[in-house]
Amino acid sequence: MFEAILLTVITASTPLVIAALGELVTERSGVLNLGVEGMMIMGAVAAFATAQLTGSPYLGILGGIVGGGLFSLLFGFLTLTLVANQVATGLALTILGLGLSGQLGESFVGMPGVRLPAIVIPLLSNIPFFGRVLFSQDLIFYMSIALVFGISWFLFRSRAGLKMRAIGDNHGSAHALGINVVRTRYLAVLFGGACAGLAGAQLSLVYTPQWVENMSAGRGWIALALVVFASWRPLRLLAGGYLFGAVGIGQLHAQLLAQSGGIAIPSQLLSALPYIATIVVLIIISHNRRTTLINTPASLGKPFVPDR
Amino acid sequence: MKKLIIALAATAAVVGGFAGSASAQEKKKICFIYVGSKTDGGWTQAHDLGRQALQKALDSKIETPFLESVPEGPDAERAIERMARSGCALIYTTSFGFMDATVKVAAKFPDVKFEHATGFKAAANLATYNSRFYEGRYIQGQIAAKMSKKGVAGYIASFPIPEVVMGINAFELGAKSINPEFKLKVVWANTWFDPGKEADAAKALIDQGVDILTQHTDTTAPMQVAAERGIPAFGQASDMIAAGPKTQLTAIVDTWGAYYIKRTNAVLDGSWKSEQIWDGLKDGILTMAPYTNMPDDVKAMAEETEAKIKSGELHPFTGPIKKQDGSEWLKAGEKAEDGVLLGMNFYIEGVDDKLPK
Repeated sequence: MFEAILLTVITASTPLVIAALGELVTERSGVLNLGVEGMMIMGAVAAFATAQLTGSPYLGILGGIVGGGLFSLLFGFLTLTLVANQVATGLALTILGLGLSGQLGESFVGMPGVRLPAIVIPLLSNIPFFGRVLFSQDLIFYMSIALVFGISWFLFRSRAGLKMRAIGDNHGSAHALGINVVRTRYLAVLFGGACAGLAGAQLSLVYTPQWVENMSAGRGWIALALVVFASWRPLRLLAGGYLFGAVGIGQLHAQLLAQSGGIAIPSQLLSALPYIATIVVLIIISHNRRTTLINTPASLGKPFVPDR
Repeated sequence: MKKLIIALAATAAVVGGFAGSASAQEKKKICFIYVGSKTDGGWTQAHDLGRQALQKALDSKIETPFLESVPEGPDAERAIERMARSGCALIYTTSFGFMDATVKVAAKFPDVKFEHATGFKAAANLATYNSRFYEGRYIQGQIAAKMSKKGVAGYIASFPIPEVVMGINAFELGAKSINPEFKLKVVWANTWFDPGKEADAAKALIDQGVDILTQHTDTTAPMQVAAERGIPAFGQASDMIAAGPKTQLTAIVDTWGAYYIKRTNAVLDGSWKSEQIWDGLKDGILTMAPYTNMPDDVKAMAEETEAKIKSGELHPFTGPIKKQDGSEWLKAGEKAEDGVLLGMNFYIEGVDDKLPK
């Protein structure tokens, strides 16, 4: 049973981790995109539609990435080229995404979905227990793990990552040094959108292989919170995402175990556990103000106009 | 911040919804307010199918504008008031959470008729209507007891309100009428609509050993999980057979169309009165999806029970029934009163859960 629970936790955590990783990169470049929920749902509908029309869940993944990415460029154009307010634009992106995806997906409602198959890695999957759990997963799970370490390397070990963090901390100085602020931010926004789209693809191809309007059900907002929770660090984000997923699944089992044991725990309290856990961790993190300040991109959300 | 988004979205929906319906002055407007999207595959879709049936039946006399995804709470009042101002003759508000908003708007517009689904507050121009979903759940419980090898069913519940508690009890009563030892495990998802969370709840129940699944949430995700894990399940609000062709045993299908047509005709000919209507299987407001994926004898039993409920021979809540703590609720032969059912806040014996307060 423990193995089955672990598999459920992985499925529940993966979309949170992927979407939050994308937003982490966007925010490290100094752009606050509150449209994660909208990009995620656009990715979900694009992935489902592509998989339905082509019959291939792998093309579906690609569809999700492209769908989320293209949608994020709208945000990029408004906030980076036209220098519109990032908070308002991000919110608008979420509203637009929820509505537009409903419209685009109307004819796909109720269709049986195409499930992304598991890829069993030979040898590694023979390791008892963890091998079976970790190495018999679908492609999107493997991508999520690769993204965590890839982004970690990019941000803290590569020259391009250093430049991007410099932009996020002080876009004026970075500009003075000759770094192309707007172009880098466009790429970061695009990457964030692609990740949100991939997370959406996980929802409509793996988590629940179907399309219904609003199926992201607030996961984009949780991903946004995870970025702060992880203080903009990919490995902490991975841990946070899985903590959140595990508490969410654990509370369902806790309800049932409490029933068998004849104990009354209010289910509302159990449902609130992931959020209580978030608050507790945030308190612990913010206890040390200096490390928080070091990691927070200093020009996050501030508009940038070259030569002003 | 979320409130702001919702308000903006609601305003946009209102503006958009009315843009196309300004013409055709002679036709009466019969208006609908939905809590979800009209293609949610469950609750709201069932209401919209009813609206479409109404439009089709009385096409030359009426038009039926609607507002989708109207959030419960203060925004609902604004949305309903806009509808009333736009000249609707009759407004259907189709979610329990619209109750107080409907009451307020109805008081401001005495000439407009209102009908609120599943609520209990009425007025001279405000009727309520509801469906006896528990009749269908009783039949499902009987089928579950016949089909389950372990004698344990899993129930995905939304919120601990009387409607849901009543459904859980009816299911357990049906099951116990076949197998007195039958147990019911309940998971509270604390949501009506979240495919992911509903799927998680379904998986948790199956991992904890139930071998049949039923739900009181809105999406087909639990049906899909049941299909993957190879156990049978029941659909909710709409026929969910597409999500589990080899999984769905039957579903409670809300069929509001006939009711909408009847009441709209009453408005058109001036005979409309405020009533508190609670119809069931016999009135056709609730139907059972075809009994599938079960042996013929189980199907015959289900059909017989359905016929008995329709004829009034069988009332699911007939004593002797004990409460969960073992105390007596109904004496032998005694039938539960509607008022008690509509305010139900306790479990009957056999439900393996403590009711959240």
